[in-house]
Amino acid sequence: MSKQNAIQLSGVSKTFDGFKALSDADFTAKWGEVHALLGENGAGKSSLMNIVAGLYGPEGGSLFIDDNPVKLKGPKEAAKMGIGMVHQHFKLVMPFTVAENILLNLGHIQTAGLYRERLRRVSDDIRAMAKRIGFEIDPDTRVDQLSIAEQQRVEILKVLLAGAKVLILDEPTAVLTEEEAERLLTTVQGFAREGAAVILVTHKMNDVLRYADQVTIMRAGRTVKSLKPDSVSVDELIRLTVGESAPDQSATPGEREPGAPYLQVKGLTSTGPLRALNNLNLTLNQGEIYGLAGVGGNGQSELANALMGIPEPVEGQMEIVGEGDLADFDAARRRAIGIASIPADRYGAALAGPLSIADNYALGDIHSGRYGPFWYLKTRAIEADAAEAVRQFDVQGVRSLKQKAALLSGGNAQKLVIAREFKHPPRLVLAHSPSRGLDVKATEAVRDRLRAARDDGAAVLLISEDLDEVMAMADRIGVMSAGRIVAEFSQPADRQAIGQAMVNHV
Amino acid sequence: MDLITSWMGNIPEFAVPFALAALGLIITEKSGVLALGAEGLMLVGAVIGVGAALTFDNTAVALAIAMIAASIVSLLFALMVLVMRINQVISGLVLVFFCQGLTTLTGTLMGWTNQPVSGLGSIALWPLSELPYVGRFFIQNIVVYLVPLVFVFSVWALNRTTHGLRLRAVGENPQAADAAGISVLGYRLAAIVIGAALIGLAGAFIAVLSNKLWISNMTAGRGWIAVALVIFARWSPWKALAGALLFGCIEALIPQLAASGIKLPQYFVFMAPYAITLGVMVWVAVSKRDISSQPGALGAPFIREERT
Repeated sequence: MSKQNAIQLSGVSKTFDGFKALSDADFTAKWGEVHALLGENGAGKSSLMNIVAGLYGPEGGSLFIDDNPVKLKGPKEAAKMGIGMVHQHFKLVMPFTVAENILLNLGHIQTAGLYRERLRRVSDDIRAMAKRIGFEIDPDTRVDQLSIAEQQRVEILKVLLAGAKVLILDEPTAVLTEEEAERLLTTVQGFAREGAAVILVTHKMNDVLRYADQVTIMRAGRTVKSLKPDSVSVDELIRLTVGESAPDQSATPGEREPGAPYLQVKGLTSTGPLRALNNLNLTLNQGEIYGLAGVGGNGQSELANALMGIPEPVEGQMEIVGEGDLADFDAARRRAIGIASIPADRYGAALAGPLSIADNYALGDIHSGRYGPFWYLKTRAIEADAAEAVRQFDVQGVRSLKQKAALLSGGNAQKLVIAREFKHPPRLVLAHSPSRGLDVKATEAVRDRLRAARDDGAAVLLISEDLDEVMAMADRIGVMSAGRIVAEFSQPADRQAIGQAMVNHV
Repeated sequence: MDLITSWMGNIPEFAVPFALAALGLIITEKSGVLALGAEGLMLVGAVIGVGAALTFDNTAVALAIAMIAASIVSLLFALMVLVMRINQVISGLVLVFFCQGLTTLTGTLMGWTNQPVSGLGSIALWPLSELPYVGRFFIQNIVVYLVPLVFVFSVWALNRTTHGLRLRAVGENPQAADAAGISVLGYRLAAIVIGAALIGLAGAFIAVLSNKLWISNMTAGRGWIAVALVIFARWSPWKALAGALLFGCIEALIPQLAASGIKLPQYFVFMAPYAITLGVMVWVAVSKRDISSQPGALGAPFIREERT
């Protein structure tokens, strides 16, 4: 009876807007085990589990629950089959109490009795279950008064009380401190010992090594391998996760003399409770590309925000040599100095979606007076410049310059951003995941622009979760983990060593 | 003396439409739908109420038909905001203008304008009605006495039933409600239709029971005052009831003052309710009262995301 298959997926594919998130993926989780689903960001882990939870419909392939073939119509049906998923972004009603939130979810199960009586019964169930699994939760507390870790416990209680026997946790430790994470994973290990199936979606090697009985590795939408974590070396696991080294030989990084230091970050630390940045030090030289590698969620976004002037509670120094501290500069000053920012969120942070392509292009220069004084806008000059930039930077899919920027595809939106930011030769380029979601051609175009800027003497910071990109582009490589840079490498760098540094710290 | 007595007697007449409309708005807005169309739905309730009273010569039937009519018209609003996901503010404004035109046209074409209806007789709540000064407050038509019961029932339904819990969840966090298997659009539709019925009753009360006739645009902005009242009351039905009484007191006082011989400029009298509403809104804004009681997803259309 024991070790029967709880969940089995075979040959599952899923496409989003032409992008193949899953191709022919196989996955099997047994009763009584903690099964880790390991992979880098964008490997398809969440998509695969969303299919199990009934949120996405698969394209081809089949799903078996308890060795019976099933076709799920929605999350409700998956819940009835005993599948419960705790999402990375909690689905809780903040001004409601814990008991009200859970009652909401049990609506279809408990329908008898008066409301107050039902609420009391749910509260009793919560207390009993919380006691059994070692959570301290008061059912009458409002959810918005709980910490993130406590809210996560409420989510777990929610799926358990709904009768889940297959528990899927999507990146559960991402928002937790180390002790909280340890407590959580020990608890879910307990569920597995009692016969449930626990699926742990994670990109943290340590969680896998310490808590998983079985691990399935995903890369680029495919399931690479399923094995026992103690049956292979850590190096082998890393190799399977990050892929074979296939460095881009067309680039010739590491052969140039770095220039003088241009950006010096010292002791950058988040003032918030989670300490996303923790005493980060970084020196960026003129005429080099510094690649910042690391598993997502280790403080990259916070660093990018702080450097790009997006509000972020940090303390410490970010000095531009000869100019002063970055934190003191307003947007106009940043442009005057020659800082080009390419944020990760193209449509949200880099472009004003509802404005036209021409307007978006002109925004960077509007202060300079090039497009007229404050009471008059030289639309013809704007359109002439934009037309030139669109041609020069090969922005495609432009039917008219008056077309909304939001209608551009990812690659072309990025090209427009770069066209604007590189209008005047930049001295410092801050790029966060600049080629994420772009096709091969657009990626190459973006990378060429970054290399050209470097060759012209700019200091280029490339923050990327894609190790291949960092390997191919950077003259020096830093590895970010837990809010600081834990290792630095010069080219030619050892891919294995970088992979080690990415996952082995803490 | 006389002034106070007749003032007291007139308060419910002014307070009840505010109370019913505000309650209808609260029910709709608790589900996350911003309902600015109250003025229009009140006009629908008013004209259909008078029309039905003239046709069937039965006030209870007339009030019921008025409520149903307002609910039917609100389906148009539901179509705009739930199905077509048009901006809720614009949809509300459109509904008001549409109803203003529609009711004027209907009243004229059907010949209902300025036709008196019988209304309802007053019932004295003995012994309260014998009290000095305030006694007249307790000689009212049956609908006035039903209002507190409607409030009790609504508060119970919102806060003490599973359906109420779901409705509030839909208004606070539709994504969470959806994940819990609750039909977001279904609950929002129900909230719009039920709210509209109460708002329609408020309009019918003004036309059929207070003024006992239909005149074009006779609600004169009371629907808007109700919208302000809901914000003032922080979406709490009991506070809205208290607010409605307060507004009723003020509105009822003005004609009394004018009648008692105190010289007041006519336009000041007409302006007073709106000036007071404005004053209250400014006070609410300035006094920085917490806005946490506002439904979290108010005004936000619900779209189930394929991918976040």
